[in-house]
Amino acid sequence: MTGALPGVAAITSILRTAGGVFTLLMETVRAALGKWPRRRVLVEQFYLIGFRSTPVVLTTGLFTGMVLAVQSFNQFRRVNIVSMVGAVVSVSMVKELGPVLTGLMLAGRVGASITAEIGTMSVTEQVDALRALATSPIRWLVLPRVAAAVLLTPILTLMADVVGIAGGTLICVGFLKVEWHFHYINMLDWLKVWDVGVGCAKSSVFGLLIALTAAYKGLNTEPGAAGVGKAATEAVVTSCILILTSDFFLTVMFAAMKPDWIR
Amino acid sequence: MNPAPESQEAAPAAPREIPKGAPVLEIRELRKSLGGKEVLKGVNLTVRQGEALVVIGGSGCGKSVLLKHILGLFKPDSGSIHIEGEDITQMHERDLFGIRQRFGMLFQGAALFDSMTVADNVSFALDEHSKKSPAEKLEIVRKKLAIVGLPGVENKYPAELSGGMKKRVALARAIAADPHFLLYDEPTTGLDPIMSDVINELIVKLKTSLRVTSIIVTHDMASARKVADRMAMLDEGVIIYHDTPENTFASDNDIVRRFVEGKASMEQMKEIWGESAGKAQESENTRRRRRPPPPAQ
Ligand SMILES: Nc1ncnc2c1ncn2[C@@H]1O[C@H](COP(=O)(O)OP(=O)(O)OP(=O)(O)O)[C@@H](O)[C@H]1O
Ligand SMILES: [Mg+2]
Repeated sequence: MTGALPGVAAITSILRTAGGVFTLLMETVRAALGKWPRRRVLVEQFYLIGFRSTPVVLTTGLFTGMVLAVQSFNQFRRVNIVSMVGAVVSVSMVKELGPVLTGLMLAGRVGASITAEIGTMSVTEQVDALRALATSPIRWLVLPRVAAAVLLTPILTLMADVVGIAGGTLICVGFLKVEWHFHYINMLDWLKVWDVGVGCAKSSVFGLLIALTAAYKGLNTEPGAAGVGKAATEAVVTSCILILTSDFFLTVMFAAMKPDWIR
Repeated sequence: MNPAPESQEAAPAAPREIPKGAPVLEIRELRKSLGGKEVLKGVNLTVRQGEALVVIGGSGCGKSVLLKHILGLFKPDSGSIHIEGEDITQMHERDLFGIRQRFGMLFQGAALFDSMTVADNVSFALDEHSKKSPAEKLEIVRKKLAIVGLPGVENKYPAELSGGMKKRVALARAIAADPHFLLYDEPTTGLDPIMSDVINELIVKLKTSLRVTSIIVTHDMASARKVADRMAMLDEGVIIYHDTPENTFASDNDIVRRFVEGKASMEQMKEIWGESAGKAQESENTRRRRRPPPPAQ
């Protein structure tokens, strides 16, 4: 039956994952209200998830900003508004490309490694050992990773935004001879604090989705090395899809929420 | 004018009211299916305070699964497990943590945390559930590692240890917080004969001096003979036999006798040797007879 209707099987599996991730979220929130793990465990995750992801995120941001500048320049030259390229680059980076691309990169880097680590622990009975030692795997394994992802993804996103905008500026002003003054004025004019805030909020949600999905897939890994590989792949694919779909809904939601006093 | 209390307070384990011999662990009609196959088909087992129960049974018959049920790591499909009067099968995972603090478990595959050093592994329960100072904890870690014959490995990672060493570190971790109950899943598998005997002595000592109640799953009959107060055999998902070790080793129950003597059944012989199984057995005997006599002197 699943052969005839591959879509049905896929949808059931996505719904099951979504339900599992939601339950895990509730349990993580409950764990967050209780006693947190030792500081060393937290610091380790903040280092692995935040610091170690910086190179990949910076590279992504820089090249996205630069290619965006080149592409927009080619279009805008025809209508003689090349001084707007900087504005387009910065608005696109801050609103969409920064949060989404950072999210997707982290889904690959952080999500896969969280799933592989927790998955290996669960197939080698280390998760059972944690429970046997009267420690909740949610509190010990999931909470630190979720906390690190929720708090650090916005920071990584801001870093991507900054280098993206810098890269775009470098291309525009350095190579394409756009006048610095107009470039700068237009950029400031179009860049809104609200948008930066929304970008950060969205990326926080993406971080949450990445860490939760990865932890869920890790905790529910099928036995064996193949099981761990499969779980990691599924975690990455699922969290990428979750990022792209939730991005749409979050964007609509924040647009509706925008208060009048912000221009 | 009673001089007793002082010496009682000095006892290392928490005072316990339950007299020796009272049932502290009662498993009733425990059933569990895993991967579409019924592994436990109505297990009944009672363990009394301070005794060492050895569980034997063929490979894959569900001994490890049974131990995991006792800690609530698996939820049974039906049946009950009462620990000191409380039915743990009805409990939520959150409420099980209190029960689990009374337990130490040695996993069959050691299950050491491989991102932590040996010292952190051993002191895990102390770090999590006690208010001891780092110096006190280090002292305990050293002592427990010395007991299992592994002094000086504190700063190694599990990946740097041999299989038998991992097993012993895992044992040190299980006993670190002086639990009331100890569940050993094949404690001597993978150890050399001398180390096996050391572990057997340790199991006996924990039982006699700290009055730990223990369940030991093992395939090692020498170990069973040494540590068991009672033996139970799990076969086809039920406890088919339980008795004292003396009676078990002298049992005339065919399955039990073949198991404790380590003899393949006639059908198994036929699988290997074909229809000539009888002849093969004979040839084995003749070979033995023809073996050259040991040289004089
Ligand atoms: N997590 C699991 N998922 C599915 N099946 C399982 C799981 N754990 C154990 N089983 C199955 O349950 C049965 C009993 O396994 P168990 O590990 O308890 O055997 P055992 O008696 O401890 O064997 P051994 O002496 O080899 O350790 C086996 O058939 C095994 O395939
Ligand atoms: Mg086993």
